[in-house]
Amino acid sequence: MQRFALIFVPYAWLLALFLVPFIIVFKISLSDIALSIPPYTPTFDNGLAAFFAELDFENFEFLTTDDLYWKAYLSSLRIAVISTVLTLFVGYPIAYAMARAPEEWRPTLMMLVILPFWTSFLIRVYAWMGILSQEGFLNQFLLWLGLIDTPLIILNTTSAVYIGIVYTYLPFMILPIYAALDRLDGSLIEAAEDLGCSRLQAFWLVTVPLSKNGIVAGSFLVFIPALGEFVIPSLLGGSGTLMIGKVLWEEFFNNRDWPVASAVAVILLLILIIPIVLFQRNQQKQAEADA
Amino acid sequence: MNRLSWFNVTSLTLGFAFLYLPMLILIVYSFNESKLVTVWAGFSTKWYGELIQNEAFLDAAWVTIKVAIMSSTLATILGTMAAYVLVRGGRFMGRTLFSGMIYAPLVMPEVITGLSLLLLFIGIGLDRGVMTIVLAHTTVAMCYVSVVVSSRLVTFDRSLEEAALDLGCSGFDAFRLVTLPIIAPAVISGWLLAFTLSLDDLVIASFAAGPSATTLPIKIFSAVRLGVSPEINALSTIMISIVAVGVITASLISKRASIKQQKDEQAAARAT
Repeated sequence: MQRFALIFVPYAWLLALFLVPFIIVFKISLSDIALSIPPYTPTFDNGLAAFFAELDFENFEFLTTDDLYWKAYLSSLRIAVISTVLTLFVGYPIAYAMARAPEEWRPTLMMLVILPFWTSFLIRVYAWMGILSQEGFLNQFLLWLGLIDTPLIILNTTSAVYIGIVYTYLPFMILPIYAALDRLDGSLIEAAEDLGCSRLQAFWLVTVPLSKNGIVAGSFLVFIPALGEFVIPSLLGGSGTLMIGKVLWEEFFNNRDWPVASAVAVILLLILIIPIVLFQRNQQKQAEADA
Repeated sequence: MNRLSWFNVTSLTLGFAFLYLPMLILIVYSFNESKLVTVWAGFSTKWYGELIQNEAFLDAAWVTIKVAIMSSTLATILGTMAAYVLVRGGRFMGRTLFSGMIYAPLVMPEVITGLSLLLLFIGIGLDRGVMTIVLAHTTVAMCYVSVVVSSRLVTFDRSLEEAALDLGCSGFDAFRLVTLPIIAPAVISGWLLAFTLSLDDLVIASFAAGPSATTLPIKIFSAVRLGVSPEINALSTIMISIVAVGVITASLISKRASIKQQKDEQAAARAT
């Protein structure tokens, strides 16, 4: 009896508030828009057969006819890929240096990486608005150095979105790579150097392959949330920065077209399933390798 | 141990500068006299004064804290139950679906979670407000809590529980008297995680809130869309300091606890 209650309560909660809502999204994505509240039509009133007859793929067809959605999906993918690579290039040296730091420093360094993660995401993105704007801190600094004569336009461009994603997701990249490098046996690198590798060769041939699991895990942890990101493109990006999370938001809140917003959500989910499954498999492989 | 090479020192310095300078600049400029956020016009705390008098922000802050306390507490209870079921529950019907539902919200884009919950609330005719935000945050946060707690449960010596059961404890008493004290640090960090998730969340709250309730992130977001403002800088500084003090205190406490535990274990080893 106790065991039943223990399983039933969280199970029922997740069924009602996680699975059922998804089925509703799926259903609405196959419905027609109506000018009422809620603004979509099909109901169960006329029986199941009529219910299914009312459903159609119009919204998905609509997504293929309008360029906007295509472009938004592709540009989200591109932005997510590029910012994941950038985060890797920024994060790897930091993780590497942390793993090489004296042992007594490491807990402090770890905490310094995790601390920003606890501070508000919104505030961390907002902080860059003041830095990247035309009369912002970065431009003032570069003008003062004499590197540029006229302020650069960075805020409201896709470059600002890259900076925002790299900044906010950097801890997700550093931590798994650090974990992999921390376990790395230093004598392997010494052996490689003894056998005639230069330091750089030893790094490429020994360190990088052995930290592959960390690199893969970190990349997924950045790529997956970056793909559906909404806050960063809407605060740092301009009208030219198309991202699917932003399109979904606008479709829903500004155009109030719920069926199309739901169709956008369903396709975003389908796109995400591949990296999520790959990520899970990588994690499982790693867990098995550890065991 | 080994000395750091110049390359490592540079990457650590640049890396941490990148992580911390933006927030430092934000904090410094919150004490700026000028309304123009990028021109330094002398030290002043006037934006903090204006913030305290801004009732819209205070109301939103109060709603946010209420939501965070309710949802993180509920999420901790449900998440701990879920973790227990996953690690100790054995086999039951639909176990795969259950673990899938625990892990899925962790990787789900917030826009999708928010949209789907909103459609549910409207579908069943629930009025949107504080309660719906609590329900939404609880659902996402319980999954995080369950991951944190189950990682502790996995490493936990099961024979302690069995000993309690053998000595006549009921199942619930064994959990309350033996298991819970041991997994308490994980449960507390799960609660903290759930609390900060709820405090920070903009996207899910925007979908779940409806017009009647406004949380602080929603308020900040609508203010920030118009550009940088010194009042928001002041508010951000307060929020950053609270988190920094909280996290540093928590880590000092846990460090002291682990030192104490080590000493106790050594003392116990000497006594035998």
